[in-house]
Amino acid sequence: MTDTLTPILSQTWDKPMSWKLDTYRANGGYDGLKKALSMAPADVMKTVIDSGLRGRGGAGFPTGTKWSFIPQDNPNPKYLVVNCDESEPGTCKDVPMLMASPQLVVEGSLIACYAVGAHEAYIYVRGEVAHVIRRVRAAVKEAYAAGLLGKNIMGSGFDCDIVVHAGAGAYICGEETALLSSLEGFRGQPRLRPPFPAVAGLYASPTVVNNAESICSVPAILVNGAEWYAAMGTEKSKGSMLYSLSGHVAHPGQYEAPLGTTMRTLLDLAGGIRPGHQLKFFTPGGSSTPIFTPAELDVPLDYEAVSAAGSILGTKALQVFDETTSVVRTTLRWTQFYQHESCGKCTPCREGNWWLVQVLGRLEAGQGQPGDVDKLLSITDQMSGLSFCVLADGAVACVTSAVKHFRDEFEAGYHTPAWELFPYEKSTLWASEVARSAKRGAA
Amino acid sequence: MSERAYEATPKEVLPHDFDEKGSIDWTDESTAINQKTMDELRELAGRYPRPRSALMPMLHLVQSVDERISPAGVRACADILGIPVAEVVGVATFYTQFRRHRGGQHHVGVCRTALCAVMGGDEIMAAVEQHLGIGDDEVTPDGKFSLESVECNAACDYAPVMMIDWEFMDNMTPGKAIAALDDLAAGKPVKSTRGPVLPGWAANERMLAGFDDGLADDGPAAGEPSLAGLKIARARGWKAPAAPKHKAAAPSEAKGAGA
Amino acid sequence: MTDVTLHIDNVAVTVPKGTKVIRAAESVGIDIPRFCDHPLLDPVAACRQCMVDVPDAGNGRGMKPQPACALDAMDNMVIKTAVTSDVARNAQEGMLEFLLINHPLDCPMCDKGGECPLQNQAVSSGRGESRYGGIKRTYPKPTRLTDILLLDRERCVLCQRCTRFGEQISGDQLLSLVERGAASQIGTNPEGDQVSYFSGNLAQICPVGAITSADYRFQSRPFDLVSTTTTCDNCAAGCSLRVDQRHGDVRRRLAATNMDVNEEWNCDRGRFGFRSESDVLTSPLVRVDGELQPASWPQALSAAATGLKILNCQVGVIPGGRLTMENALAYARFAREVLGTASIDARARRGASAEEADFLQRQVRGVGVTYADLEAARQVVLVALEPEDECPMIFLRLRKAVRKAGLSVTTLAPVASTGSAKLKATVVPTAPGDEASALANLKMDANTIVLVGERAGGLPGILTGVEAAVQAAGARLAWVPRRAGELGALVAGCLPSGKGLAVDEMLAQAAQGKLGLVLGGVDLDDLADPVAARQALVQAPFVVSLEARPSAATELADVVLPVAPLVQQAGTFMDWTLTTRPVEPVLKPQPMTDRRVLAELARRLGADLGLPSFAAAHAAAEQLVAARGGLARVPGSHHKPAAASGAHDGALVLATWRTLLTPASRCLDGADVTARPATVVVGSKAAAQARLTAGTPIVVRGPGGAALTAPLVVDLFAAAGVVWAPDAPWAPGTPVTLEPASTTPTSDGQGGER
Repeated sequence: MTDTLTPILSQTWDKPMSWKLDTYRANGGYDGLKKALSMAPADVMKTVIDSGLRGRGGAGFPTGTKWSFIPQDNPNPKYLVVNCDESEPGTCKDVPMLMASPQLVVEGSLIACYAVGAHEAYIYVRGEVAHVIRRVRAAVKEAYAAGLLGKNIMGSGFDCDIVVHAGAGAYICGEETALLSSLEGFRGQPRLRPPFPAVAGLYASPTVVNNAESICSVPAILVNGAEWYAAMGTEKSKGSMLYSLSGHVAHPGQYEAPLGTTMRTLLDLAGGIRPGHQLKFFTPGGSSTPIFTPAELDVPLDYEAVSAAGSILGTKALQVFDETTSVVRTTLRWTQFYQHESCGKCTPCREGNWWLVQVLGRLEAGQGQPGDVDKLLSITDQMSGLSFCVLADGAVACVTSAVKHFRDEFEAGYHTPAWELFPYEKSTLWASEVARSAKRGAA
Repeated sequence: MSERAYEATPKEVLPHDFDEKGSIDWTDESTAINQKTMDELRELAGRYPRPRSALMPMLHLVQSVDERISPAGVRACADILGIPVAEVVGVATFYTQFRRHRGGQHHVGVCRTALCAVMGGDEIMAAVEQHLGIGDDEVTPDGKFSLESVECNAACDYAPVMMIDWEFMDNMTPGKAIAALDDLAAGKPVKSTRGPVLPGWAANERMLAGFDDGLADDGPAAGEPSLAGLKIARARGWKAPAAPKHKAAAPSEAKGAGA
Repeated sequence: MTDVTLHIDNVAVTVPKGTKVIRAAESVGIDIPRFCDHPLLDPVAACRQCMVDVPDAGNGRGMKPQPACALDAMDNMVIKTAVTSDVARNAQEGMLEFLLINHPLDCPMCDKGGECPLQNQAVSSGRGESRYGGIKRTYPKPTRLTDILLLDRERCVLCQRCTRFGEQISGDQLLSLVERGAASQIGTNPEGDQVSYFSGNLAQICPVGAITSADYRFQSRPFDLVSTTTTCDNCAAGCSLRVDQRHGDVRRRLAATNMDVNEEWNCDRGRFGFRSESDVLTSPLVRVDGELQPASWPQALSAAATGLKILNCQVGVIPGGRLTMENALAYARFAREVLGTASIDARARRGASAEEADFLQRQVRGVGVTYADLEAARQVVLVALEPEDECPMIFLRLRKAVRKAGLSVTTLAPVASTGSAKLKATVVPTAPGDEASALANLKMDANTIVLVGERAGGLPGILTGVEAAVQAAGARLAWVPRRAGELGALVAGCLPSGKGLAVDEMLAQAAQGKLGLVLGGVDLDDLADPVAARQALVQAPFVVSLEARPSAATELADVVLPVAPLVQQAGTFMDWTLTTRPVEPVLKPQPMTDRRVLAELARRLGADLGLPSFAAAHAAAEQLVAARGGLARVPGSHHKPAAASGAHDGALVLATWRTLLTPASRCLDGADVTARPATVVVGSKAAAQARLTAGTPIVVRGPGGAALTAPLVVDLFAAAGVVWAPDAPWAPGTPVTLEPASTTPTSDGQGGER
């Protein structure tokens, strides 16, 4: 039986100067690369396939299998692109990981490049996290200085370069083809598939695009073996991952645990809902995944069980909201996010989100018109599954699931503003402190 | 409901008339781009197999020099990359970090996406707006601060979050936010909760473009929430299982699970 | 290519593998609504209007609804459109509603109203009443995109046809998507210094009224227009053209679809060059006491006949290169049978040499190179031809082949033009006159097509050398003239034969008072020496001018006979591929065509032209075309191969060609098109020797004291010893000198280097 928490990625985060190469190596860093370089690339790929590692960016596609799609007979150079454009509301795992342990992504990238026959990797980090970019760039610099990047790495004859690329503010660049457009210096709009990136990705060459957490999970798999990794988690969702709890919990933060851990377990670890309050709803994997209510507390958080329960594991971004929260307000804000971040390329996403925001806006203000809730559902129906990429599907999910669970609250928007039903100040971080100090003052 | 931070009517939720604010201000031709900037722009273009990949870093550099995406900067990028000006404008206006008008010495972003908004982001925004006397996407008359309502910044476990110069100001409150702004206004150094002493927006744009500022070792490895799980694991002796081949050598490491 | 069979709405469709479902559906008459899809643009799947249900992707498994424009037809695939599937119908209806929520209800005042896909679909399958109660997105309007295009952003459905056209078809990226999400819009370079020869297509392919032509804005409603499909008269490309008229006025010209020629495009010259039809001559004119006076037709015809009859010298005929074959045939018969002269030459332009005449006699025979051949070739070599300026449809077709079929283009050109850059062409720097030797050094084979431009005739030995090199390599050759009527006139017999005089010889004789002239549509400025040509007309004993519009020639003629403009008659052109293209009357036919006038004149001279009707002339022209087809090409020239150009002995020689949108073009009179700014281009060595600075104004001086001034561009690829200037008044190969425009120091050149 595996421990409840399994720190692997986060193992060194509390070490002094954990981001330095010395700290990383002192804790076993680069043993994975050393091991990989002693193996045939195909065997490295097989190890990752056998480990059952699945993409941690949301879709959960098996990482090693993705690597195997790279056509080795293609004459073009092959590329690895690491997706650190972490922007999904609720998702906050890659940023702390790369800030505390940036060498992980360097080592993981090297192993992935070696496995697929790439000699260049691009680490695309969203531009709004300056210090993370500094740390990753410094890690790359240190690795070059130590002979871990560049020519003849560790004397193996393997050459590899890494470029750290700063984004500039666009959620859609987390979509892999949009990310490639962006990396090529274009507007970050998704591209038609086929051709898939594995065949014609960056510069129309075979390209693997992997989420940062997926790549960072690779070194430990090489060190400890596929079997070790596959022993954690559930039958089809193997390994361990970062669960990110945020919102109205006593101790929000990163909890690295095997797949299949339940929300109840995680909430317990996080000290439960903030004192004096109860769970109202939560997202299992970011705002694009249909919300769960206390009824789903015991759903094992793995790919299959969450799907079976009607949502998506996504990025395991568990945003927790207590009973003070207005669902209408939350849904409006998420929808505004999607409207703001829609790239504008396709009609349903561009116009649908625009319209949803208008309807939700008047529901929040208590100025909704009878029929608006059905109109919301009708609009989402006209968006669902019809957009160019899945951004609109995420936008749809947050609206439809909220209406499904809390229709009354939306209908209340025909006459009563949300801030009257749910005074907004009661939801704030400092509300309990205010309440406590008020109580103390009274006492 | 005097402190209602967010009053939504359809008209206020959305501008119904899209004015020309979106475009680059072509009437302001001022620029500080010089030969050194041009050399650095070319250097960035040289870092990629195809120079156009450098367009975003180049635009970061342009605004670090000109405090905005300037006409001269757009033309410089177009010339160096050999692409139409319209293409550069298309890219510059797609990404929210690129500013069409001048940014402040410090750029303040308050997260207003659902979770941060609920956790108090709206109140922080209202307080900052009132304190600085400016609204979303505006700059104080003295050029000290620019303010922006930002979308989720991947720090939800530190909500509500404010960004200054794209450095984290975690677990913000209206009071803490105003104190930080006052210190900055008074010229006092203010430290990011997970990062260096705030270097200024333009300086950070230069770093984002790809020029090292030597500040990587400033700040902590992680804040408290990042370590929340690890702390519990350490306290309870929870670990990832040992590798199978080591199992025989050190069976005691594979401790019984806590759950 | 293998075929696949799929079922669309229960109809079996067999199409080549790789066909998109939307095309497969079209092939069996199933209409799937669309906005962003365009058969000649790469799919973008942005508007999502063409969503179809896919119960079976051909592998037994279904797919979520897919955009038919981007979905490859697969064997055994089952597709259901809105006709048979609620899923598809709901998707399409929903998409239409989304497109309309922010679309203004300004159809009654929108130019597109009446021919608008969005309007049509809103009416056919939209909701009667909008469910959208919010405030629509509006923008200040309209935005000026170029001098001839306007943009109404709130009408735009962001289909990206315009941006894709620039990127994929013309290569001129005037427009780009800017902003993001709901604020996305089409943006342009606000400095507006870019010019495209093909910008008018943007207004035509816009599926809504977002991009409109300033020229046509508020001019008419589509349903009030009478449309005629004809052939464009503005160059020898042979483009099919749709001309729309209302109340006898041409309101606009559009590209008509002709996949053999222009596909669905045309150039701005062809599209906007029609205002010249507004100043036609209405009355015959006869010179009385030195002044041209209006006269009746009988008076004028008699005056012309009398003048020609009493001349005690020969008469030469210069029909010009803009005639239909039927009219050209009338000139040929008039010269040879009525006047009894072989001095007839349609080549009213530079380069009408005897060597060229010989070359053309061979060239107009046999089977021509086609546009499809260009697309299938592995290599195309351009000799004295700048296709973007001199035959824009060749340019577009070459660009398509370069982009899609890996064609490689090599151009023997004096400078590296923007057109060459857009074709990714290999530029072999070649001074005018050196083309033959440059071609001889080029590797060519049976998959090579050499296109030689009209300019090649201007310097001795080029055409002979080109023919020899092409023959040696087993390659194919086509000659590309500029004027629409040139090849037809050659086939009709408008080339001097035997002892007949060529154009320049006729003018020389006329200047000595030894030759009378009958002129067709001749622009004296097109001739090798416009000044001498004017002198020749003054000195000629008698000049009859048949013209539709007043010109320098009509001003100097003794009798002016107004002929029907092209929009008022039927006829035939032969394009550069040696294919005939029909000309249809757009307006009410005007009976006095060149043919009819010449027939009347012949009658007064006691002869019969034998072309009593258009039908007779057309039949005769068709016979000539058919006879030509049977003649084999027999290469072989008695002319000497090219001598080296003057560019090698240290002197500077001129290279020049007519730019497409030159303000000097009479076709473009009254059109608001924007020509490329003129520049003078030289190599770095020549610039250094003359101490010239890039970006500063330079004076080019040629013979006769004339000069032209334009900013200098230093081109690293320019042929040594060559100065290029657009639309220069001297022939290529003319020695010229350069000097700075003024002695006062100029500011630093801005980006003149390339």
